[in-house]
Amino acid sequence: MRKNIIQLLSACVLVITTLTFTYAQNQKGTTGTYALTGATIETVTKGIIQNGTVVISDGKITAVGTNVSIPQGATVIDCKGKFIYPGMIDGGSILGLSEVGSDPRTNDYNEVGDVVPQMKALTAVNPNAVAIPVTRISGVTTTLVVPQGGLFPGTASLINLHGYTPDQMYAGFDAVVMNFPTTGRRGFFDRRSDEDIKKAVEKSLGKINDVWDKAVQYHKLDSVTKGKAAYYPELEAIVPVVRGERALIIEVNASKDILAAIKWTQEKKVKKVILSGVAEGWRVADEIAKSKIPVITGPVLSLPTRDYDRYDRAYANAGLMKKAGVTVAIQAGDRNMNYRNLPYHAGFAAAYGLGREEALKAVTIVPAQIFGVADKLGSIETGKSATLFICDGDPFETKTQVQHVFIEGWQIPMISRQTELYDEFLQRAPGVKK
Amino acid sequence: MKKLIITLLFVAAVGLLYAQVERGNALIKGGTVLTITKGTLENTDVLVKDGKISQVGKGIAAPAGYKVIDATGMFVMPGIIDAHSHAGIDAINEATAPVTAEVFTGDAVNPFQIGLYRALAGGVTTIHAMHGSANAIGGESETLKLRYGVKDPELLKMEGAPRTIKFALGENPTRVHGSGNGIVPRTRMGVEFVIREAFSQGKEYMEKWDAYNKAKTQKGFRGAPPAYNKRLETMADILRGNIIIHCHSYRADEIYMLLNVCRDFGVKKLVFQHVNEGFKVAPELAEYGAMASVFSDWWAYKFEVYYSTAYNAAILVKNGVTTSINSDDGELMRHLYHEAAKTQKYGQLSDEEALALITINPAKQLGVDNRIGSIEVGKDADIAIFKNHPLSIYTVPMVTLVDGVVRFDREKDTDDQRIVVDPKQTIDVTLHTNTGHDHETCMQDAEYTFVRLFGFNQQEK
Repeated sequence: MRKNIIQLLSACVLVITTLTFTYAQNQKGTTGTYALTGATIETVTKGIIQNGTVVISDGKITAVGTNVSIPQGATVIDCKGKFIYPGMIDGGSILGLSEVGSDPRTNDYNEVGDVVPQMKALTAVNPNAVAIPVTRISGVTTTLVVPQGGLFPGTASLINLHGYTPDQMYAGFDAVVMNFPTTGRRGFFDRRSDEDIKKAVEKSLGKINDVWDKAVQYHKLDSVTKGKAAYYPELEAIVPVVRGERALIIEVNASKDILAAIKWTQEKKVKKVILSGVAEGWRVADEIAKSKIPVITGPVLSLPTRDYDRYDRAYANAGLMKKAGVTVAIQAGDRNMNYRNLPYHAGFAAAYGLGREEALKAVTIVPAQIFGVADKLGSIETGKSATLFICDGDPFETKTQVQHVFIEGWQIPMISRQTELYDEFLQRAPGVKK
Repeated sequence: MKKLIITLLFVAAVGLLYAQVERGNALIKGGTVLTITKGTLENTDVLVKDGKISQVGKGIAAPAGYKVIDATGMFVMPGIIDAHSHAGIDAINEATAPVTAEVFTGDAVNPFQIGLYRALAGGVTTIHAMHGSANAIGGESETLKLRYGVKDPELLKMEGAPRTIKFALGENPTRVHGSGNGIVPRTRMGVEFVIREAFSQGKEYMEKWDAYNKAKTQKGFRGAPPAYNKRLETMADILRGNIIIHCHSYRADEIYMLLNVCRDFGVKKLVFQHVNEGFKVAPELAEYGAMASVFSDWWAYKFEVYYSTAYNAAILVKNGVTTSINSDDGELMRHLYHEAAKTQKYGQLSDEEALALITINPAKQLGVDNRIGSIEVGKDADIAIFKNHPLSIYTVPMVTLVDGVVRFDREKDTDDQRIVVDPKQTIDVTLHTNTGHDHETCMQDAEYTFVRLFGFNQQEK
């Protein structure tokens, strides 16, 4: 009896300490079997289910529908009046690769050198970056981390925003990144002459061609020697692209450059290509559609690229491309750690021509398909990864509150440093007088 | 006599050349009117006479010659006010000394910037065109009305708006002057000293002039006036309460510092800009009566905004601080209605509270709330009409009026809205997509320091 009381007391102490313990990094997630009942489920691929249930077990969605039996021992989350959506996928970020924008020591997305495709973004992802919880509790569960700068800045990887090592976060897709030489200016600080820009573009294109041709040679050599060709890390990284085993993501924005990039991929017979950015895609939408190359466009919330363009071109870009027949996904394209705004980029695209249904696909199933992970992510379907969120309204509407997030079956604490600061300072104690 | 006539004719000619602000007559019919200060009025008309709101009510008939705008099913709100912008001016930072109170952005107004039209297309009607944040005490700033289409810079200025001045704390002034030029301030200690010194010198100057002006009235006074100094004159005008301080700030400690400095010098008109850590000293801000103009959610672009929270605006509002949401950016400026809506996600502010952040509250911060910021009879007819509720993500700004004149109409918008075209412009694509907001517009014109520190404008690495 006495022993029981001690056990009970120590259990209480344990519970209390668990509840009050503050985590220096992030509060831990929990996993198990869950039943999310009575929800409006927007499956994305299989319509909208009213008053439906989603069962989560072993990290997967094991049942979806109105006639679902709840497994014994399942944690039931009553979702009456609430909505379930697949986790949103941001197709291009530096999340986890950057902590403080202006401090180079906290930035790990831009390695020295123009041609460094062997640099792996996944290696440098900090699973405890402060921006990760900030992003995921808004329903953005998955992101493509992309190296920046130079011509071949590295290899991008898709990650889910939960895990303690990059491998735990890895979501099964890599791509070599190429920044196509740009004829545009980079901002107000870019004071190069037109002639200088032209020269720089030609020089860069020459370099890209040179690298590609060498990679093709290396692929042949590698095939003949059965993998015993001399160590050449840059080319080794590109060979899977030459062989069509890995995608090439081309970051490109100006219309002239988009056309040049498409032509380049056709000339070089690159098998898997994705265009990223594509700010002026609307200008050459038919040509992009004809090339059948998918696009991850964004930021939607941005300025037109030319002074004489209609003010809403950036908002309308995704819709105009979709209308022309282009496969369009949307990225927040933010370098300011506001990837949580992905639903708002989609919402603006929806309002300016894309429509809500297509906009929802553009941040869920379409990027999943582009990345070849649609068997796991991008919709609410039996057998897929339990990566989803529950909210109290349309996830694109600004006032909507995301209430629960699951990533690969892990229930994520709805806490970030930003919510903790709110809790601490809403009613500060002491106030003015101590 | 002949000479006098010629002179009079000349004066008359100058007067004609000096164009007048255009003011319109209009009737906006049948919209849901979000007055901000007097509730929401369904199916209500707003009558505009000579650029002012003359009547708000149901079933108003349009007098002859009035422009009629059918707002049935749409939302009518006061024009949005951006309390922190650098649009409409061609010079932002006089980054040559830690104190440059003598300069004025109103001397560099450019009415041709396409960004002004794009802001109108986002429902914005008034902006605070500010000096940058390179100096602890920057220059005076100008309040502009977006009368896009006028070519005279004077016509963009909001006539009668109070004077404002830019101050800046923290990383920007210490980086430009301390790290960049090796002069005080290099630290937040130095920033306090620079401001206290400028106020002290301004006070001395003011007292000298006050003494002189008093002595001058004495019979038989003989003596020279003190030497005129524009910088100190401006400092003295702040002390006299004639200028509102708008201070770029981020960290709680520096905000608290400026409160103390202003208290010591008896300065009451004080608005903090950005003020990302304002939430930490919200009770102190409220007690002092200082106001706050914040970003909705920007953070992480530099260390002093690393401990930010998107709940900042909500915490400030709930602690009784008069708060606005600003842009400091030509892109963000176009959807301030959406930025305000984020306070409903982060802190669940009501519709009225959220809309006040971009209307009446910034009007208070610029000292023009008697003129703009709400739909009330007698106020300027600066009005934005939205397709859906302006806090909905699916809304689209449809018509924007300034002084009762339609300056933006989505239905009639043509692609190219430039007033002048630069024939020398050949490569015209500017891609901001990869630059993000790492570099605040606040620091424009101080970029020589960026070049030195970050190697911008260099050839490929």
